[in-house]
Formats: sequence, structure tokens, C-alpha cells
Amino acid sequence: MAETVRTVQEKLQMIHSTSRPTIDDYTATVFDSFIELHGDRAYGEDAAICAGIGMLGSQPVTVIGHRKGKTTENNIAANFGMPHPEGYRKALRLAKQAEKFHRPVICFVDTPGAFCGIGAEERGQGEAIARCLYEFIALRTPVVSIVTGEGGSGGALALAVADRVLMLENALYSVISPRGCASILWKDASREIEAAERLKITAQDLYGFGMVEGIIPETPSILKNVKKTLVTVLQELCAEEDMDALLAKRYEKFRKIGVFQEINQI
Amino acid sequence: MLIDLFQKTRDSSMRMKGGEEPDAKPLKVCKGCGAAFKARNFGRNLYVCPVCGRYSRLLARTRIRFTADPDSFQELFGGLKTLNPLEFDGYTEKVRDLVGKTGINEAVVTGICTIGGIQTCLGVMDSHFMMASMGSVVGEKLTCLFEYATRHRLPVVLFTCSGGARMQEGMFSLLQMAKVSGAVRRHSDAGLLYITVLTDPTTGGVTASFASLGDIILAEPHATVGFAGRRVIEGTIGEQLPDEFQTAGFLRDHGFCDKIVPRNQMKQVLTQLLQLHQQKPRKGR
Repeated sequence: MAETVRTVQEKLQMIHSTSRPTIDDYTATVFDSFIELHGDRAYGEDAAICAGIGMLGSQPVTVIGHRKGKTTENNIAANFGMPHPEGYRKALRLAKQAEKFHRPVICFVDTPGAFCGIGAEERGQGEAIARCLYEFIALRTPVVSIVTGEGGSGGALALAVADRVLMLENALYSVISPRGCASILWKDASREIEAAERLKITAQDLYGFGMVEGIIPETPSILKNVKKTLVTVLQELCAEEDMDALLAKRYEKFRKIGVFQEINQI
Repeated sequence: MLIDLFQKTRDSSMRMKGGEEPDAKPLKVCKGCGAAFKARNFGRNLYVCPVCGRYSRLLARTRIRFTADPDSFQELFGGLKTLNPLEFDGYTEKVRDLVGKTGINEAVVTGICTIGGIQTCLGVMDSHFMMASMGSVVGEKLTCLFEYATRHRLPVVLFTCSGGARMQEGMFSLLQMAKVSGAVRRHSDAGLLYITVLTDPTTGGVTASFASLGDIILAEPHATVGFAGRRVIEGTIGEQLPDEFQTAGFLRDHGFCDKIVPRNQMKQVLTQLLQLHQQKPRKGR
């Protein structure tokens, strides 16, 4: 299927479109008998993260994703996909549970970023994200992450330390929101598009950098393509018998990222 | 080589504009209370204002001098040069200028030393270098440090400060968070000690990765530590935040910091903690 080449500006609009599938579409369509599970067992429940167990074909899997709504009401309930620490701790609790029961973990990333607020700081937003990175890098079960819409900084990365990180064709994944970047660099948030282009945040850019392993086409159907891709990728990962080898590859994948010059390495 | 490092940085600090190091000026005015005092006395007081108690941010080399046993620090991984992978306007020049001004190659200095006689890997971030933001080189140096410590079975002490991931390197910066955290994980899995010392200011992607992963997390008094910037939060909620918000005390009261340690006790506390972890693991455990 030939890809339609979109500009970053078009992509920015597309990922915010209400017609784009959300986590609730994925759990309902890609997986069978999905059951959502709630709470971090420490503080509370965060609706900005949807997590639960379902079947992908004949394989039980744990599914974790940022939640956005299609209506304003739903979006407010899900805090526009911006998790609090308890959301990340729920994700981690269910990831560890998946490890216990030898279930692969599938993450769907779609967030403007982790929530910035008083409660989030009081409950350790930084620690919650850090703990996700620390656990997912060594989680003894296969992990696949798909950036489906906007991958906003650390709040996205918390669910994107995986054996395979994939992106939908028009998804974006960035260290900082283009708007934030523009307002810091040029004190002018309206230069968002220019910042988005400079930051190199498209799936195609990141694939070129070796940061994502694949791009999932969005036509004719995002949901069908995601399902097909997941089945194939999980088959590959589950064929890896040796968990230590899988973890070593996961580590190396992130280990090699970085651009610098070695002058006189001691 | 060790001497070279220190001499070079000392010279360059003389030229440094607006640096916290007062050696170049005979009189120092506290940025907090405006009190003036002899620069030499300020240094003797570990760059803490004797009047209001305000902590000045330290250059990495000064922090190393306060922490490592005399002449014990040997720099490692200092030969990495920052590039401009996204070809961001002005980034190459900015880094080049800072290398000249600060005498360090990037926003973290890493190496090995003894602290209270105990061999330790030491990393010190320096806010004078692009607010110690983390790009590829900072991530690589820290990863190398943890891997070195794991190979040689050594503890790691890390003084953190940072504005977060470095925007100019885009996703290369963000993914350093995962890379360093992975190296911290391996170090921890080997049963080794990692002590974080949070200093002013530790924020963003650094708080959301290795700064929050120490076995023991210490903080300097009054240090600002948080995930989101204060102004970002004020913008989100539309109200002013209390002064106490995101300080070391706030962190300790909410359970995210083990102990606040004054600068003049830091070396002693680190030594004590390192000594308490000297016992070799028993066989079969």
C-alpha cells in the first residue's frame, strides 16, 4: 500500500482528530474478551491510563495505553490522556503481573505528556516515570509499544521501552511539544509548525534514526493493520526462547542511541 | 592529566561571566539577600551565604573538590564531543562556546575517585553548561559510568542537576533517559550501591529517570526538584504556587528523598553510607 506523504502540519492535525482510533477502539477491536483492570493499589485509579487483559488471537496479552476521549466529556474524564503518577504505577503493576503470568505486554502510546500539576508533583511524577523505564527495560516478558497518535516526551517514553517500538504512519513522537519548543526557542508558540519540522518527530524521521523498528500504514484500516502487525511481531518475539537474550537485545537497542564523536576515549 | 584538568578549568573560570565561583572577584554579593562579603570567605563557607544560608550552584570541579579525597579524582569518558544531529541553528556554536568557557566537554563530569578512602564512581552534573540538560553525550557518559561501575563492582555517587532532556537533540535526548535507566538497572541487579544527590535544580527528564532511581536519595537544602517546571504548572492551574513547592523539603515530606544533607556534612554522610555498604555479600545469597 503506497503511503500518502503528509506534511508535519497535516500530521499534527490528524493526531488530534476525533475520528482517530483511541485505546478504547483498540481494546474493543484488536483484542477479544478484553477486561479492563483498575487502580495502582497504593493511591488510586487514573482514567488517563487504560489497562487490562485480553486475547490477541490465541495469545493472552496485557494491554496498557494512554486514554483519550472522542468527546469533551470523555476527554475531561481521561484528563486528555495526561496521566498522574498513579496511572504509571497502575501500568507498572499490570506489567509486573504480565511478567508473572508470562503474558506479553502491548502498549499504546498517545499522550501530550505526563500531567503537570500539584498532585502529580506531590505524588512523584518523576519517580513514577523513572520506575517505568527501570522496570520495562528488564521486564521478563516480550513488550511491544505502538505510538498511535502523539508521543509526548517522558510521559510517552514511560510506555515505550519495548522490544519493538512501532509507530503509525502519521504518529509523532517528540522530546518536547512543538508548541513548547517554539515558545522556549523563539518566545513565540505560534511557530509550532516550524518547531515540529526542526525537531524531526515523524515516524519516518524516527525510523531513519533507528529509534523505531517499524511503521504501520494507516490505510485502508488502522485497526486491521495494527492487529495484523501485532500478531506477526508477537510471533517473532515469542519464538525467542531465551528471555536473557531478548533482554540483552532490548538493552542494546536503547544503549546504542546517541550521536557524538569520540576524540580520545580513556 | 589530572592536574591538567583542574588547571584548565581554574583558568577558564576566571573568564567565566556570571559564574557562581567568586575567586575572580574580591567581593561577592549574595544573590539571595544582597549581603556582600569577601569572596575568599564565601569559598571557605562552601559557597553558602553566611548571612541568609543561600546555596550557590557549584561548578563540577568545585563539587568534585568538596567530595572526592584530595588528588584521588581521575576523569573517565571525557573524550566525547557533542554533535548536532538535527542541525539545530546555533547549537554547535553554543556548545563550542560553553566548552571554552567552562573547560568541561559537556554538562556532566564522570570519573573514579575515593570518598573517605572508598573507591567510588562519581558523576557531577554542571548547571553552567546549558543548564545541565541531557543530550547524547551526557547520556553516554552516565551510561559508561554505570557500566564501568558494574564491571568493577563499584558504588556510584551522582550529583544531579538539570533542566531536563536537551531540546536541540530532539528524540536522541529523550531516549537517553531509557538508556541511562537501563544501565542503572544492570548496576542495581549486580547488587551495587547507587546514591543520588539532588542539587539545585533537578527537573524534567533527569528527575523522570536516573535522578529518581538511587538506592539512597539525598538532597541539598533548598534545592528545587521536580518533574514539570514551576511556571508550566502555574500556567496549567492558573494560580501561584507556594514557595515550598518542589523544594528538597517538599520532596522529603512527600516521601521522595531519604535525607536532606547540608553541604558541610555531605562528604561525611556519603562516607558513612559508603562504609555501611562495604560488607561483601555472603555466599549463596
